[in-house]
This record gives sequence, C-alpha cells and structure tokens, in this order.
Amino acid sequence: MALEDRNRVVILEDRVENISGADFPMSFDGEDVPFHLEGFKKTFDIKIIRLTPTDIEFDLIGVDASIANALRRILISEIPTMAIEKVYMINNTGIMQDEVLAHRLGLIPILADPNEFQWKRPSDPPTDQNTIVFKLDVACAKGRDVPEGETDPKIKYINSSIYSSQLQWDPKGDQETRFAQNPIRPIHDDILITKLRPGQIISCELHCEKGIGKDHAKFSPVATASYRLLPDIQILEDITDDDAELFRDCFPPGVVDIVEEDGVRKAKVINPRKDTVSREVLRHKQFEGKVRLTRVRDHFIFNVESTGIVSPEALVNQALDILIEKCEISKAALDSAVKGNNEEE
Amino acid sequence: MDTSENLPTYIAVLDVPEEKIEILPGASADLTSVTFSIKEEDHTLGNSLRWSIMQNPQVDFCGYSIPHPSEAKTNLRIQTTDRSNAIDAMNKGLDDLRSVCQIMKARLHQRLKEGNYAHTE
Repeated sequence: MALEDRNRVVILEDRVENISGADFPMSFDGEDVPFHLEGFKKTFDIKIIRLTPTDIEFDLIGVDASIANALRRILISEIPTMAIEKVYMINNTGIMQDEVLAHRLGLIPILADPNEFQWKRPSDPPTDQNTIVFKLDVACAKGRDVPEGETDPKIKYINSSIYSSQLQWDPKGDQETRFAQNPIRPIHDDILITKLRPGQIISCELHCEKGIGKDHAKFSPVATASYRLLPDIQILEDITDDDAELFRDCFPPGVVDIVEEDGVRKAKVINPRKDTVSREVLRHKQFEGKVRLTRVRDHFIFNVESTGIVSPEALVNQALDILIEKCEISKAALDSAVKGNNEEE
Repeated sequence: MDTSENLPTYIAVLDVPEEKIEILPGASADLTSVTFSIKEEDHTLGNSLRWSIMQNPQVDFCGYSIPHPSEAKTNLRIQTTDRSNAIDAMNKGLDDLRSVCQIMKARLHQRLKEGNYAHTE
C-alpha cells in the first residue's frame, strides 16, 4: 500500500475500506516502523480551533484511535464532579412523586470545584469536606390583587413554578469562608424543577457528593464529548463545467468551489472539514473513477462541551491526568502481582 | 519525575482493589506468554494499553477482552519473543502510554498558552 494511503480510511458507495490502522512494527514487508517517543513528539500535534467558556474544538493529530477513544471515554465517565446524591424529603404535597422529584434534582449541575472535596464512601459520615447541603423550602399560594379572569398561573399564583434558583445553599463548617469567592450554586438559574398549585408545599434537604459519570450520568462533566475523523476528498481527474457545478452541489456549502484555470472551470476542494461524508457524489455515473472519499485515520476533530462546572480546557487536561494516573496505579499493581507470583513458586 | 507522592485526587484511590492485577493460571514458565486480569478497568485502559504494548517489536501478540459485561474485569494477553517477557512488555507499555499522555498534555498547555486559535464560524 502506498505510504500516503496508509492512514486513509476509504469510503466506497457500499462499504468502508482500510478501517483499522496497522501502525505496528513488522506490519509492512521490508519495513520496520518501531515506536519512538521522539518520533511521536514530531508527528503528534494539537490544534485548538475554537475555545469558549463552555466549548472547545480541537484537532488531535497523529495518535491512534484507542488513545482518542480513551480520552473521550474518560471525559464522559471518569472525571469527578459534585451532584445531588441524597434528598431528604420532609414534606412534598406537590403532584410530582418524591422519587421523580429527587431524580430531577440530581440532574441539576452544581457549580462547585470537585477538587475541593473528598470522596465519600457510603460508610463515611457526611462532613463539610465531602458534602454540600442545599435546602428547598417552597410553598405555592394565591397571588394578591389578581385581576378578575386572569388565567396565567404565573400571575395568579406565587411560586407556581419552582426553578433551580430557589435552591438555598446551606454552608457547613468552614465552607462559607472556603467558597466566599465563588459561592456554591446551581450553574443555571432557570431550570424548571416542578410546578405547584396553591396549598402545595415542598420541603427537603439535598446532599451533594462527589462522583463520576460511570456511576450515574448526573456526575458527567460534559454535555457532549465526541470526535470525528477529518474528511479528505481526493479529485483524481479534473471535473469541469456543468459537472463541476453538480459536483459542488453534492457536498455541503463551502466544501467545494469552482475555480477558473486556463479558461476552464474546475471543481476544487476548499474546505473538506465541513464535509459530512454523505456519499452523494458516489451516486453519479459521471464522477466514477474521478473522486475518492477518504478520511484521515489519525486526525481527530474533538468537540467537548462542558456542563459549566469545569472549563473545557481543564477537562481535557484532567482526562489526560486520569489516563496517566491509571498507568501509575497499574504499574504499582503489576509490581505487587509479580511479587505475589514469585512467592507462590 | 516522581508523581507518586502527590497523587492527584481524580481517581478515588480508596476504591482501587487490593489485587488490581492478577496473573491468570496457565502462564508459561519463562513468562513469555501471560494473561493479566486487570480489575476495575475497561476499554479506556485496555485498548490504549494494547496499542502501546503492540508498539514493542519484542511483542508477538497482544490482545484484550472483557469476559463479561457485568464484571469489571479486563483480560490482557501478551506473548513475546524469548528475548523478553510479558512482564517487561507490560511495564514498557504502561511507561510508554504514560509518556504519550505527558507529551499530549505538554502540547495542550503549549497550544493554550499560544492562544490565537484558528477560529472557524
């Protein structure tokens, strides 16, 4: 296989070819491509495309899919955050059952730095180091001076809708001074928790604990964390005039443009990144043999959207830290396993 | 760089099982063919570790499997040439994977510092 084709996944009309990488020693005849960290350093790169307070888009170039996938999996399920784990219902006369209400409360993202808190095992008592307490005490009543014939519950009643902003943080121990700069609160103030009608009340105490997405999705620090491979459209033979226009329209806007070269209008790929790899172009007879749809196997376009608890760039950094930690823990475990094995003999 | 002293808090160290790695019965006497059973790990470590171990020219075979989805266990099989053994290959694999992550981390920090992101709309 030609060297430049080695890291291309080829998309054909009915199948995908050359899917798995073979970048291992002795994979190719007469060639030895042993892995060197120095070599990796040269071919590897990160390009940050876009960074906002909640989103990051970056390109991860020159790594194996297993590494990119490990990163994605850690982002979704292994980075700790604080979330409501226990709800002590004192009174709930609303129409929403206790367990449904408790579940909805659990999903509210809480703005608290997880690194400031310790892990809490089920047997550990709650302390100011491992638990955050919120209170929710709301009652719905009829509004005063409501015009006759008013039908909007928001005007007719007080507290007809309960929002996340109504959660009251109850600082314990030294939490008030520890978090004076950044008081603990729900990220969003406008999450509708439930609705009440006059006479109904909810009174409960909520305990937040540290956890990871593997245990429950409410602990996941990302809304999405995904990657896709960079598309690469190869035009093997010139596509001109009317065909060029049809060719351009086979792709999303901005992928292909028509340029004039020596008086001939030709189709030219200008931004393959925008392509969705729809394979529409492969349905047309006139393009047979003229175009090849491929993806670059080691070029990952990552998209990470944070829930707002941890900044997106810190999330990626933490994900790498966790993979490093996993290696270190496993190395120590391997040493003791080998020791145990030797003693048996 | 010694990181064992200030182990970060991302992983709940208390939850790490006592015998995290076990050498399954049936390993060859010279330890060139060994199956390791790693507890509380999945494709995250399994697949990336398999990749880094396979980069070692002394390794003839490396593969992993999760025998049952409701058991948090990953079995990793390594077979090496007789010039090495599976324990060394595993050690080198873990070291390499860690180095790869450290290089990635350093590059990420560098790129974040540089700023001027290639904005797309």
